[in-house]
Amino acid sequence: MLRYITQRVLVSIPVIFMVGIITFTLVYIGPGDPAAIIAGDEATPEILERIRHDLGFDRPFLVQMGEWFLNLLRGDLGTSYFSGREITFLITPRLQPTLSLGFQVVVLSTIIGISAGMLAAWKAGTRLDKNLMVLAVLGFATPGFWLAFLTIWVFAVNLGWFPVIGYKPLSAGLIPHFHSMFLPVMVNSILASAFISRITRSAMLEVLREDYIRTARAKGASEFSVFLRHAFRPSAIPVVTVIGASIAALATGFVLTETIFAIPGLGRMLVDAIVRRDYPIIQALLMVVATVLIGVNLIVDILYAYIDPRIRY
Amino acid sequence: MATITDPATEWELAPPMSARLRGSLGATYRAARRDKVLAFSITVLLIGLFLAFFAPTLARTDYERTDPVNRLLGPSTDHWFGTDNWGRDVFDRTIVGTRLSFLVGASVTVVSTVIGVSVTLVISYFRLLDSILMRVVDGFLAFPTILLALALISLIGPSVGNIIIALSVTATAGKIRLVRGAVLSLRESTYVEAAKAVGVPVPRILMFHVLPNIVSIIIVQATFTLAGAILAEASLSFLGAGVPEYVPSWGNIIATGQGYMQVGFHISFFPGLFLTITVLAVVLIGDSIRDHLDPKLRGRLKTTAHS
Repeated sequence: MLRYITQRVLVSIPVIFMVGIITFTLVYIGPGDPAAIIAGDEATPEILERIRHDLGFDRPFLVQMGEWFLNLLRGDLGTSYFSGREITFLITPRLQPTLSLGFQVVVLSTIIGISAGMLAAWKAGTRLDKNLMVLAVLGFATPGFWLAFLTIWVFAVNLGWFPVIGYKPLSAGLIPHFHSMFLPVMVNSILASAFISRITRSAMLEVLREDYIRTARAKGASEFSVFLRHAFRPSAIPVVTVIGASIAALATGFVLTETIFAIPGLGRMLVDAIVRRDYPIIQALLMVVATVLIGVNLIVDILYAYIDPRIRY
Repeated sequence: MATITDPATEWELAPPMSARLRGSLGATYRAARRDKVLAFSITVLLIGLFLAFFAPTLARTDYERTDPVNRLLGPSTDHWFGTDNWGRDVFDRTIVGTRLSFLVGASVTVVSTVIGVSVTLVISYFRLLDSILMRVVDGFLAFPTILLALALISLIGPSVGNIIIALSVTATAGKIRLVRGAVLSLRESTYVEAAKAVGVPVPRILMFHVLPNIVSIIIVQATFTLAGAILAEASLSFLGAGVPEYVPSWGNIIATGQGYMQVGFHISFFPGLFLTITVLAVVLIGDSIRDHLDPKLRGRLKTTAHS
C-alpha cells in the first residue's frame, strides 16, 4: 500500500510541473504588456522600459520561469499588479467561503447522488427509476447559472426566505452562515448529484448481474444485505471516480455561483482578476486550483486501492 | 491450405459512401419512430439548426437597436418574450442567439475531434512523442475547462474565434486521452497483429483497421463535447468573457436579466429555457447513440465538465 501511494505521488509531480509550464507560458506569450498595465495610460516609453527592467520582464523566458517556480516552492505566489500586495496574503481570506461551499456541496451531493442512484437501481425498470433518471438527465443538462437565477427568483425575490445576495462568514455564527449559503449549496448539489446518481445506478446494475450476487441471493441473504454488503463496495469505484470528476466540475461551477451570489471566494477573485487583467493573480489561481484537483485525483487513486484490493500497479 | 487475406479488403467492398449515408439516415428514422425521446431530441436540434441559419431573417425587429420607450416590457403579442432593459425584443435576441451556440458548439466539436483523433492515431505509434504528448495532455486536463478558457480569453481577447480556440484546447486534450486509450488496447489485438504480419503498412492499419473500431466511442464522446461546448460558451458569455453585449448570446441575455430580476424575469427565463432544452436534446441523442452502438459502453464514458 505504501509503495503504491509513493508511486502515485511521484506520478503526480510531473503533472504539477507541466501545469506550471502551461500556466507560465500562457501568460508569457499572451499579448498583454504587464508594464503597460502597471504604469497606466499615460506612461512614456522610458517609464515602461524601467518598469520592465525593475520587475525583470526583460530577462530570458527560462530565467523568468525558473524564478517563478522557485518562488512557488517557497510559497510565494507573486504580487498583484492591481493592489501591489502579495497574492498569498490576498488569497487567505478568500479560502473560507470557497472551502465551506465546496465541503457542503461534496457531502450533500454525494449523499443525494448515491442514495438516488441506489434507489433507482433497486427499483430498476419501475416508474420511480424512470422518474429519477429523468430528473438526473435534466440536472445534467441544466446550466448552473440559470438554475441559480431561477432559485433566487423563487426563494429570494418572491418568497423572501433567503437573502438575494450577501454572504455571512462562519464568524457570524453557524446558522446565519448556512442560511446565507443555502441556495448556492443547493444549486451546486442538485447538479452534481445528477451526475453521481446516473453513474451509481449503472455501476450498481452492472454489479448486480454478477454471479456472486446470485450466489448471495441463493444462500438467502436479504435484499438489503445484497445491496449494501455485496453490491455497493464493488460498484464504488466508478462512483468515487465520478465524485472526483464532479469536484473538478465544481471548480467551474464556483466561478459562476460565486459571481451570481456575490460570495467573496476564489472564483469571484478570479473573475475580478480577469476583468482587471491582473495576470499574476490569474496565474496563481490557475496553479492553485489545478494543484488541488491533482491532489483530489491522487486521493481518488489511493481510494481505489483501498476499495478494491486487486488494484496494485 | 488456408490463405491469409488482408482484412482491409472487407472495407474496400463496403457500399459507397452515399448508400451508407442513406442507410444510416433510414436507420435513424426507424429508431426515432420507435423512440419518442429520440424523436423529440432530433426535432429540437433540427429547429435549432433552422433558427441558427434563418433567425436574422425571421426576427421581426432590429435586435441590436435600442428602444428606450419600450424597455422591460413583459411578454405580449407584440413581444413574445418581452423586451430587455434597452427595449430590445427578447424573442428575436434569443432566436438569433441560437447561431452563436450552434456555431461555437459545432466548431469546438469538429476541431477537437479532427485534431484529437488524427494527432493520437499518428503519435501513438511513436513511443517518445507519445509520452511527451501525454504529459502535456495531463497538464491541460488538470485545469477545469471554464477556468482555463476564461484565462485564455482574458489573454487573447474576447471574440467568437477566440472562444472556439479556448474551448477547443481542453476538448482536444480530452479527446486525445480517450482515443489513445482505445488505440492502445486495439494495438495489442490479434487482428492488428495479423495485419502487421501480412505486411500491411502502418498508415493503412491506422486508417482501415484501427479507426473504424473507435468510431463509435468518438461519436458518442462528440455529442458530450457538443453539449459541454454549448454550455461553456453560454457560461463564458454570462461572465462577460464572451462576445460583446450587443451581439445576442444566450449567456449574455441571461446575464442582462440577472440585473432586473424583480421586473424582468422573462429576460433570463427564455434564453435559459432554450439553452437547457438544446443541451438536453444533445445529451439524449448521445445516450441513444451509445445504447444503439454498444450497450456495454453505458456509463463508461466520461462526460465533459459541467458548469
